Amino acid sequence: MTAQLPATLPITRGCPYAPPDEHRRLRDEAPIQRVTLPSGETAWTITRHEDIRAMLTDPRFSSDRRNPHFPLLAKGQRINTGFRASLIGMDPPEHGPARRKVVGEFTVRRMEALRPRIQEIVDQHIDAILAGPKPADLVKALSLPVPSLVICEQLGVPYTDHEFFQLHSSRLLSRLTPPAERKAAIDALRDYLGELIERKAQEPADDLLSRQLEQQDDREELVSLAFLLLVAGHETTANMISLGTMAFLERPEDIRKIQEDSSKTLPAVEELLRYFTIAEFAVSRVAVEDVELGGVLIKAGEGVVPLSNLANRDPEAFDHPEELDIERGARHHLAFGFGAHQCLGQNLARMELQIVFDTLFRRIPGLRPAVPLDSLPFKDDASVYGIHEFPVTW
Amino acid sequence: MRIVADTDLCIGAGQCVLTEPEVFDQDDDGTVVVLVENPEGGQVDSAREAVKLCPAVALSLQE
Repeated sequence: MTAQLPATLPITRGCPYAPPDEHRRLRDEAPIQRVTLPSGETAWTITRHEDIRAMLTDPRFSSDRRNPHFPLLAKGQRINTGFRASLIGMDPPEHGPARRKVVGEFTVRRMEALRPRIQEIVDQHIDAILAGPKPADLVKALSLPVPSLVICEQLGVPYTDHEFFQLHSSRLLSRLTPPAERKAAIDALRDYLGELIERKAQEPADDLLSRQLEQQDDREELVSLAFLLLVAGHETTANMISLGTMAFLERPEDIRKIQEDSSKTLPAVEELLRYFTIAEFAVSRVAVEDVELGGVLIKAGEGVVPLSNLANRDPEAFDHPEELDIERGARHHLAFGFGAHQCLGQNLARMELQIVFDTLFRRIPGLRPAVPLDSLPFKDDASVYGIHEFPVTW
Repeated sequence: MRIVADTDLCIGAGQCVLTEPEVFDQDDDGTVVVLVENPEGGQVDSAREAVKLCPAVALSLQE
């Protein structure tokens, strides 16, 4: 089981549509095995769908990023930011009540109520694309501003400051950012959100941060929450919009399918989430007790890095997993994680993607890439996979 | 068949509501509400699907 493959993480994708060949070799030859991290520390990788689900629902694996053995994939990430743990870094019994305070903001019904506003935002951006020069950069014109505006409005963060947080978010998500710059980006965002929350305490408005302030006095916890939602709300959906559009443009028959029957768009979104799995390393854990997982003993203090992109192409979980089939029914994918920390914004992301794909191909039926797709600048150096720029024309 | 929901474990992911809104709902703080405790017909399969998708293992079935 613990074959001696010289494996290090992270590995560059190579093919923009698929996990790196080295990863596939990992899964085929030793689905659970030790790997070396950029810091020189070792951890376990797990690659099977079933093992990852089992680990992420097992309380003997901790999410606490302050644990000195927590596996980190960028050099210099283990820096003392003096930052309170956000939801993703909490364990029980702290995590449940903290998540419960905010999850009401993301219920299926709340998201449905946002639909008309999201549609309006998407339409305005497509108006601007149609009125502007060709080619347009899809990332700047649509992929990034749509989720960015939506999360800003929901939180109550002024969108006029978007260049500031987009810059700092992308620095945080790049694995190439030097430690000092990473800390500076965190500090800048934290100071900004701290001041914003102070202002909201004086002048509450109809937004998530103001409502949270009514429930709790712990400003530091609120800054942490705002930080998480702002950063997570920016790049993730944006990258799925770009990659999903690219995949659709290569498959005109799939565009026709969703145009003829819009009930097919949401299942298509699930398949795109599975296929690209952009936050492939988002759910690492550290064992706090000895645990046997998939026949391997993982000892207390050892890190575990699930490779969700491989689990989402596990032939045990998905038939013909390397094929993109928008009608397969892929809802059990792990692109939003699994367990108590599963993505808080998942239903917002689903709705944004559904509205974007439905609207984009209806309103710009002649949309096409302005450059060969294999020449696009893919985000091989970031914690969340995507495309830096995507020139399109019509 | 009876659906059992452990509301202490529920994390409000909403996967059950997306699967079968006639059987599952969420209250204002996101916690699952089981609308039909004993599903029948087509709702049986979707209840099974919801149990499989629940990330917090908060749902189970008594057959």
